[in-house]
Amino acid sequence: MKKLALSALCLVAGMGIASAEVVAPGQVTMDEYGFVPEPLTDQPGDPENGRKIVGSKSMGNCVSCHAITDMAQDVPFHGEVGPLLDGLPDRYPEAMVRGILVNSKNVFQGTVMPAYYKVDGFIRVGDGYTGKALEGEVEPLLSAQQIEDVVAYLMTLKDE
Amino acid sequence: MKMASLKTMTASVATLALCAGVATADENAELVVNGEIHMVTRTDAPEHLENIDVIRSGWTFRTEETQALQLDDFDNPGMIFVEEAIEDWDTVEGSEGKACADCHNAVEDTMVGVRAVYPKWSEAAGEVRTLEMQINDCRENRMGAEKWGYTSGDMTNMVALISSVSRGMPVDVAIDGPAQETWETGKEIYYTRYGQLEMSCASCHEENYDNYIRADHLSQGQINGFPTYRLKNAKLNSVHARFKGCVRDTRAHTFSPGSPEFVALELYVASRGNGLSVEGPSVRN
Ligand code: HEC
Ligand code: HEC
Repeated sequence: MKKLALSALCLVAGMGIASAEVVAPGQVTMDEYGFVPEPLTDQPGDPENGRKIVGSKSMGNCVSCHAITDMAQDVPFHGEVGPLLDGLPDRYPEAMVRGILVNSKNVFQGTVMPAYYKVDGFIRVGDGYTGKALEGEVEPLLSAQQIEDVVAYLMTLKDE
Repeated sequence: MKMASLKTMTASVATLALCAGVATADENAELVVNGEIHMVTRTDAPEHLENIDVIRSGWTFRTEETQALQLDDFDNPGMIFVEEAIEDWDTVEGSEGKACADCHNAVEDTMVGVRAVYPKWSEAAGEVRTLEMQINDCRENRMGAEKWGYTSGDMTNMVALISSVSRGMPVDVAIDGPAQETWETGKEIYYTRYGQLEMSCASCHEENYDNYIRADHLSQGQINGFPTYRLKNAKLNSVHARFKGCVRDTRAHTFSPGSPEFVALELYVASRGNGLSVEGPSVRN
């Protein structure tokens, strides 16, 4: 059952790469508050996959700074550098959440939270976590589809 | 601390629950080594520090188990490396047929207080020098021996030996006079947000000390305890190796150990700890 769901997921992701319209990192339209109202792709976000990205060290690694009660059981060691994300959709509209992910600094000036969909303006960019200089183009920390998946997941975190 | 908004406080409570199993340290524990060296592990911040009132040794952020390993030299694995360096101190090397001991006699007589004031302006060299640079200068120019690698085991052991005889003395590096320019450079590096994660030293060690980042309890990133024996890699770690690791973790192109940038950063970070005791070799996780 689980396996089936997983391969279905891969299929969707694969199709996404082949056909989706994607807004490039430099082309994102935002308002004066840094909110991003339009999705970055025409594939709706997948909250299941978003949940994985948020919890995994090699992708979003959001829990290194934010606690999320929904993940307390399966992902250990949530950080406390940023606010608890429980009940987020009761506080913020989706456009704001997408804006925070694209470039948190546009929404919260000077925040320590990294910008996940930004490719320029860095000082001494490294090649991942190797400590060496990056040769070539910067890849954003998350892809457009991954951002949409994370937004979709975060919008499920309503307080009952 | 200053960021404690209601939101972060709720987060802290939640995290405490999530971190259950991690033993939290006793905030007010005292560090007395071998029953005789009384360490200052928290004290008023030096005047030049703008955003922190009380400076704290990294020891105060560690778990009780880790803290305990530093209470007695028989339990401190870092002391094994100090023993190795005692041998090097007496070993003749290089074309001049000399050992450290030939010029400096007994380390516990002549090196007391040295660690506390480094990095330090060298009049002869016309630059700020770290202990490592000074050690290599002796090796090259007085012993006619090969330089040691900046973060090599031999080097870090020797720094630990020299540090060990100053334990309990207050860190007291000079930041004015000829050292000031280097200090300013170090300060600028400290506050620069490097890498794709755009984080500075201050992002973690000034704005977020005492917070958990994933499983790590963030300290103030003080260097009074260096070299430190880390349980994580089971060896002594030098200051510049630690800097390199922290900069790498911001997805940045790091500076090299021994580079002018890291020398300047070391002077600046050391000065943030002026008033804490020299602890090296300390024990951290
Ligand atoms: C290095 C730390 C760090 C990381 C990693 C991080 N954040 Fe944040 N985040 C913060 C901080 C700090 C804030 C508070 C904003 C400020 O600085 O005032 C924040 C704010 C937010 C907010 C607004 C919450 C509120 O209630 O105001 C959202 C939503 C958010 N982050 C989502 C994420 C997601 C999703 C990820 C991963 C893809 C992530 N963050 C990764 C530090 C981080
Ligand atoms: C992404 C977060 C982060 C950033 C940015 C960062 N560090 Fe750290 N640093 C850590 C963590 C985690 C540890 C291990 C726990 C601790 O001691 O704080 C650590 C430990 C240290 C220690 C060891 C302290 C001790 O008592 O053993 C020093 C020194 C240090 N950092 C200095 C720096 C300096 C200097 C910079 C900037 C060049 C920096 N750090 C940037 C996360 C960071």
